[in-house]
Amino acid sequence: MATRAVITLPAAIKAGVAFEVRATVAHAMETGYRTSDAGARLPRDIVRRFECRLDGDIVFAADLFAAISANPYLAFWLRAAQSGELSFSWRGDNGFEHRETRPLTIA
Amino acid sequence: MRAASLLLLALALAANADERRSGRDTMSVALRALQADDVQHPAQLALALGREQWSAGAKSCASCHGEPDALRGAATRYPAWDRGQSSFLDLPGRIQRCRVRHQQQPAWAPEAEPLLALAALVAQQSRGLPLQPPRGPELDAAAKRGERLYTTRIGALNLSCAQCHDERAGLRLGGSLIPQGHVDDYPVYRLEWQSLGSLQRRLRGCLSGVRAKVWAWDSAELLALEVWLSRRSAGMAMQPPGVRP
Repeated sequence: MATRAVITLPAAIKAGVAFEVRATVAHAMETGYRTSDAGARLPRDIVRRFECRLDGDIVFAADLFAAISANPYLAFWLRAAQSGELSFSWRGDNGFEHRETRPLTIA
Repeated sequence: MRAASLLLLALALAANADERRSGRDTMSVALRALQADDVQHPAQLALALGREQWSAGAKSCASCHGEPDALRGAATRYPAWDRGQSSFLDLPGRIQRCRVRHQQQPAWAPEAEPLLALAALVAQQSRGLPLQPPRGPELDAAAKRGERLYTTRIGALNLSCAQCHDERAGLRLGGSLIPQGHVDDYPVYRLEWQSLGSLQRRLRGCLSGVRAKVWAWDSAELLALEVWLSRRSAGMAMQPPGVRP
């Protein structure tokens, strides 16, 4: 199944005024501490790193660890002077990588 | 005289007031906020998948039903009796039936992600509507059986559903509040599961919790209990998909 992410931006964004970005990605975030019904250790499989870039420059980043719930949800504030392109990337164990881009339009 | 009769009327109304409370109203403030805000709702990914599924394939849900909101109110009328197949269907069961019969696709496994996603999407369309479980001889018999199951002690802990969810609702089991066990928000995103789950999953969890033999998916027992529970919650407003601790 295709990886899915939901990103929410405000409908109208003004230059120089902080706005909230909310991003969530579908991921099981298997901690590595659980065992299966058969008693075998479930290997760790988590998202390790989230980055948000505006026209290539990092504007927000986070390192994620085992205690973070499935489908990690991050909300953060940004301020931009001009329009551009927001790109989001999630990287993790087992080569997990997911990218999304959203146009950032300053009114 | 008139004031006195009005007072009596008010007292009578208060005595008959509905004491049923949805599980979403007894959750913590933070969880209620999570369920009320569509953008923060942990089921939003599932709903996005549901919308994708809705219009996927040559013979999609959309090709017959149109937009999902055409099914507003549909989720209030389950479980139902399928006369053609002589079986009871809850909402995920109906979606499976549709998939097999009309889309000629193999049925999903119980609790498959796309199945729950579609169930959540369809149920979401009935937000704010009261549960209106259908009637009929087969459903009445199932409700009677379900009520009997609900009040029968089972498992190594020798507990019935009613002992917790009727007699001890509002008290605590360990740190958790015991809810009245209403079925107005299914499927629910349970934080403990870290995923969406159906009412059957919830009921099977309770069965294993009292150390009873867990009934099979879509078994007559589970469906009869679902029929009874839907009548027990009849008239309560739905807000699916729910969030539960």
